[in-house]
Amino acid sequence: MSGPTSDPTAPVARQPVASYEGERTRRPLLEIEGLEVTYRTAGGEIPAVRGVDLTVNEGESVGLAGESGCGKSTLASTILRLQPSNATVQGNIRVGGKDVRTLGWRGLRALRWGEASMVFQGALHSLNPVQRVGDQIAEPILIHDSAVAGTVQSRVGELLEEVGLPTDRARAFPHQLSGGQRQRVMIAMALACRPQLIVADEPTTALDVMVQAQVLDLLTGLVDELSLGLLMITHDLSVLSSTCSRIAVMYAGRVVEEGPADEVFEHPQHPYSEALSAAFPRIGDSAARYAPAGLPGDPPDPQHLPSGCTFHPRCPVALANCSEYDPPVRLAGPHRPVACVLVGEDGRDRSAAQGS
Amino acid sequence: MTGPLLRVRDLVVEFGARGKPIARAVDGVDLDIEAHEVVAVVGESGSGKTTLARTILGLERPTAGSIEFEGDPLPTTVRRLRPYRRRVQLVLQDPTGSLNPRQTVYESVAEGLRIHRMVTKSEVPENEQVAEALSRAGLRPPENFFLRYPHELSGGQRQRVVIAGALALGPEMLVADEPVSSLDASIRGEILALLLRLRKELGLTVLVITHDLGLAWNIADRIAVMYLGRLVEFGTAEQVLSEPRHPYTKALLSVVPEMHHIQPVVLTGEPPDATRIPSGCRFHPRCPALQDGRAEAAAISEACRGKPLPVIDTSEGHVAACWLPESQAR
Repeated sequence: MSGPTSDPTAPVARQPVASYEGERTRRPLLEIEGLEVTYRTAGGEIPAVRGVDLTVNEGESVGLAGESGCGKSTLASTILRLQPSNATVQGNIRVGGKDVRTLGWRGLRALRWGEASMVFQGALHSLNPVQRVGDQIAEPILIHDSAVAGTVQSRVGELLEEVGLPTDRARAFPHQLSGGQRQRVMIAMALACRPQLIVADEPTTALDVMVQAQVLDLLTGLVDELSLGLLMITHDLSVLSSTCSRIAVMYAGRVVEEGPADEVFEHPQHPYSEALSAAFPRIGDSAARYAPAGLPGDPPDPQHLPSGCTFHPRCPVALANCSEYDPPVRLAGPHRPVACVLVGEDGRDRSAAQGS
Repeated sequence: MTGPLLRVRDLVVEFGARGKPIARAVDGVDLDIEAHEVVAVVGESGSGKTTLARTILGLERPTAGSIEFEGDPLPTTVRRLRPYRRRVQLVLQDPTGSLNPRQTVYESVAEGLRIHRMVTKSEVPENEQVAEALSRAGLRPPENFFLRYPHELSGGQRQRVVIAGALALGPEMLVADEPVSSLDASIRGEILALLLRLRKELGLTVLVITHDLGLAWNIADRIAVMYLGRLVEFGTAEQVLSEPRHPYTKALLSVVPEMHHIQPVVLTGEPPDATRIPSGCRFHPRCPALQDGRAEAAAISEACRGKPLPVIDTSEGHVAACWLPESQAR
């Protein structure tokens, strides 16, 4: 565990971290500020997202890492307003500058597929098994603009080529395709209406290493070529480190660390990011032989969150007061907000600590 | 005991339906597994690794070749297979799918004990055997878990229940098919550590089937790389992963996301299907060495395309099934 860094800087409060692209200011495609999502259930209120700030700029891939139940998929669903009806959403979500929360029905329809689209995990379940994949790719195009009906077939062919599939695969049914090919179809579909922002929720989880590499190559290639914004969500920090320029690590509904992808993966500051990073051993590192790195305990139940720092019951380096003190987000370096008492020695300023 | 715990020789498993071409899922595999050893079989989907595991468990019948456990050939009748199946236990990948959602943890673990009449054969009452298995699998105190249902448990706890169900029968060997692929990153290490601890405490032999090279690096003594029904490389984990010889192993390693320092060799396409195994070296249509001219330079490209490779002999240490001279280096 890396202790307090040598560069403790003043605390920051919910301030979206700007792009790392330096002078090149890029247009933000997704801006999330102070997002809170609570599910109302018969058993009481369940806070799933508890104050998250996140920005994705054009031509940028941002990774969102975390375990099941940390709120990452809930967050993704709010971007296209796909959250279930028992969810209460607070905070700001803007896609291409438009406030998603106040969009009317017509605006929302234009937003979905047109400005932002999603790639889900498990392409087998997301595709209609009795419809040819070409027709499924054509569907969002026709919904958005029925006037293009005459040219839609050639557009489908273009899309298939773009994702590396032969155009004649348009006539295939999902079961005739392999897992990797189905995921390519999902990506073609997500690109169908030329959106600027793509949200990919565990896009490679069920795939083999080689096919995973192919799909990740495809996604990063598209980001560069079409200057897309990509928000990629997965529990696999190693996948994010090889695909994204920036990573945000989520735990119990909050972002506990954010920064340039390599730094977060190679030199994580938060003990939770460190555990996630160590879960995927560096092959060839003799320290990892016969020593799989795990994190004892289970992710917290959002309905009964631990007091203080929500990570303290599982934290290998927890201090005595971690069960009472919920650390604010402080900078562990340029563009490295981290929420841990061990980061940034200046723990006095709690007024700025109100992360939610 | 002399010789390996499990000896697989010239194993062939074919699947066929009438009017359809025959698929050779396993096409000539030799593999020895020593007692108390952790062996990982790695490969892509469609490499035949799961079929190999199922055949070792007696769930598929070999078309040709033999499997011996402690020197005895695998029984072929269901009745005679039963004692063998107690000794070699399967741990499946998806713990949610392999547990009955309407059975309590206690019932799930006790089911195997009842099927194998383990309670009548022993002095120890059933609940103590269940408790013992649960605590071996790291669910302590076991009594707290007896009456829980799978949906009340986390993913990691469910996988521990599945492992407890296997341990209850006092097996000598576990066959784990992708034991952590559906689990969260932080849980994964805990389950792998459990497998290593069981090997140490109970002397278990473990065969792990996975596509995850990091997992193999974490826990395996020896690694077999499988491609389209054959082992293409075999050796200790250090040999196979630190000094890979086969172009396929090298490509697999290069695309592991955490291997930033290697130039990724992303193979195009997917393994051909097992009904049409390519001639010569079965990997040649995707082989980077053939594409970049290394095979040409070594004057073996003819052999790659047309000359079948012998089945690798896993008793010879680090071996690779490849015509390239550099792959044969000792």
